[in-house]
Amino acid sequence: MMDTTALILSLKLAFWTCLILCPVAIFFGRLLAWKQFAGKAWLEALIALPLVLPPTVLGFYLLLGMGASSPLGQFYFSLTGHHLVFSFDGLLVASVIFNLPFAIQPMQRAFEAIPTNIREAAWCCGLSRFESLWRIELPLAWPGAVSALALTFAHTLGEFGVVLMVGGSIEGETKTIAISIYDRVQAFDNTTAGTMSAFLLVFSLMTIGFVYRLTYRRRQQVRSMTGDK
Amino acid sequence: MEHCDLASKGISIKIFQQTPIPLSVEIECRAGELLALVGPSGSGKSTILRTIAGLYQPQAGTIRCNDEVWFDDRQSISIATQNRHIGFVFQDYALFPHLSALQNVVIALGHLHRNLRQARAQALLAQVNLKGLEHRMSDDLSGGQRQRVALARALAREPKVLLLDEPFSAVDQMTRRKLQQELVILRRNIKIPILLVTHDLDEAAMLADRLTVLHKGKTLQHGAPAEILRHPRDALVARLMGHTNIFSATIEGHYPDQGVTRIKCYGLLLELELNHSFAVGATVAWVIHPAHIIMHRRGRPSHGERENPVHGVVKELLVLGETSMVSLEIKGDDNVFLSFKTSAHTAKRNNLEVGVEASVSLLTEGIHLMPPNK
Repeated sequence: MMDTTALILSLKLAFWTCLILCPVAIFFGRLLAWKQFAGKAWLEALIALPLVLPPTVLGFYLLLGMGASSPLGQFYFSLTGHHLVFSFDGLLVASVIFNLPFAIQPMQRAFEAIPTNIREAAWCCGLSRFESLWRIELPLAWPGAVSALALTFAHTLGEFGVVLMVGGSIEGETKTIAISIYDRVQAFDNTTAGTMSAFLLVFSLMTIGFVYRLTYRRRQQVRSMTGDK
Repeated sequence: MEHCDLASKGISIKIFQQTPIPLSVEIECRAGELLALVGPSGSGKSTILRTIAGLYQPQAGTIRCNDEVWFDDRQSISIATQNRHIGFVFQDYALFPHLSALQNVVIALGHLHRNLRQARAQALLAQVNLKGLEHRMSDDLSGGQRQRVALARALAREPKVLLLDEPFSAVDQMTRRKLQQELVILRRNIKIPILLVTHDLDEAAMLADRLTVLHKGKTLQHGAPAEILRHPRDALVARLMGHTNIFSATIEGHYPDQGVTRIKCYGLLLELELNHSFAVGATVAWVIHPAHIIMHRRGRPSHGERENPVHGVVKELLVLGETSMVSLEIKGDDNVFLSFKTSAHTAKRNNLEVGVEASVSLLTEGIHLMPPNK
């Protein structure tokens, strides 16, 4: 009925992707929200690229970048004795990269919504930059952080093209639920494909609905921060 | 500029830069003194406060507080905001919206032991009359209450200087008056320099020991509010202080035996207290505060009318509650207007209305000479 191995692999991939992207999203979200620097627009464009690039194109370059002859592939081989492509670790690297916009952009919007003088007030209260992040900024930006994690998680479960290019379809290693659905359809097993598709559909809908609800809450909080009622 | 002994307590600020905001500012404020920075929008008032707080870094200058150097471009010193120990009340208060009133104050008490913070924060909130509202979130507080929390939070750090950036601008008139009175009371127990940015001249005059008038990033004049109001340095300061009766004249002569200087102005010969600052024949600007313009009783001449009598026609009469604002067009010269206030009752009793003739006396001690307009 359900390819549980693929489902567990997908959940594992989504979990690790979220865990790695969490600090990355906070760092880049804050950087892009508040700092002006040369090349900022290009950095933002680079982060947004996975949104517009065909997954096959992204997958192709990731395949080249992580291949056995690439510096990254060679480095990974020297460390582990395994190849990066067509492995879970390779899939995780790809997943982190194609999820960058889903994680960073909501964080960036959340940090942007915090008025500058709230942060300045925190410094005037004697809070260090880290204390300000931990005690003021993150509590105010948490709906953004949850949005980022939820979107990343759901998108990882649903990603197909990049996973197929970088990971192939190795049972228990790189065969995610999305790939499994494809395999089931190819094998004319529409019942299993239907069950798994329905699961992804409901899960994705719940996630997006949850994110939108948080977004409304955040808007209300921003209104109260800026005094606009 | 008045000398401030920095070995004692006080803050001294010198800021110079051309871009992006031109600033040429020298300010000193002693411990226990309230200095108001006044000037129109864009005069650099808020930037100065931000510079003192370390939230803005100027190109050149020095900031010293007591015996500490907070900023010195030549020595490459710039102490971080966190280490300057300032209390800052922002224009829109900038309370942390996810924290209660009490937590907003507790968060600024990092210098105290954890066990002492709660009680100290409660005491500070009680000091600003917020007892009983400690657990309200900032969303559930009124504008005046938020301002009080912001003030308690600013004082929590035991700051070396208190910076108030238009702290009363976001509340209604009644609350503003109340908060201003509370600040006056609170000040008695705070022996640190207090810098208040405001565009409200009445507020500045009421609360401040001294004023600094700013225009386009430059300090134009320092002094006691009444002194600057009566003796503005030049016509620009006079205009910034809200004067409208600014005119030009030539010095007709100095008469030490009579103790007067006479000036010629729009066909009038006016007397003022002896003032040798300008040579006979020199062109000057002069100003008179509306409080020094006394209206004559219409139809009943009196003794006081010999003091610089000026006759004209009422061109405008605005009744603002108990006060009437009168604009008098001086006879013999078109488009020269004198503005003055009189009580609505006096205006009515004298049948003052637009188009009627009226006479006023310009009190000699009220006429202040300044260099001519550039």
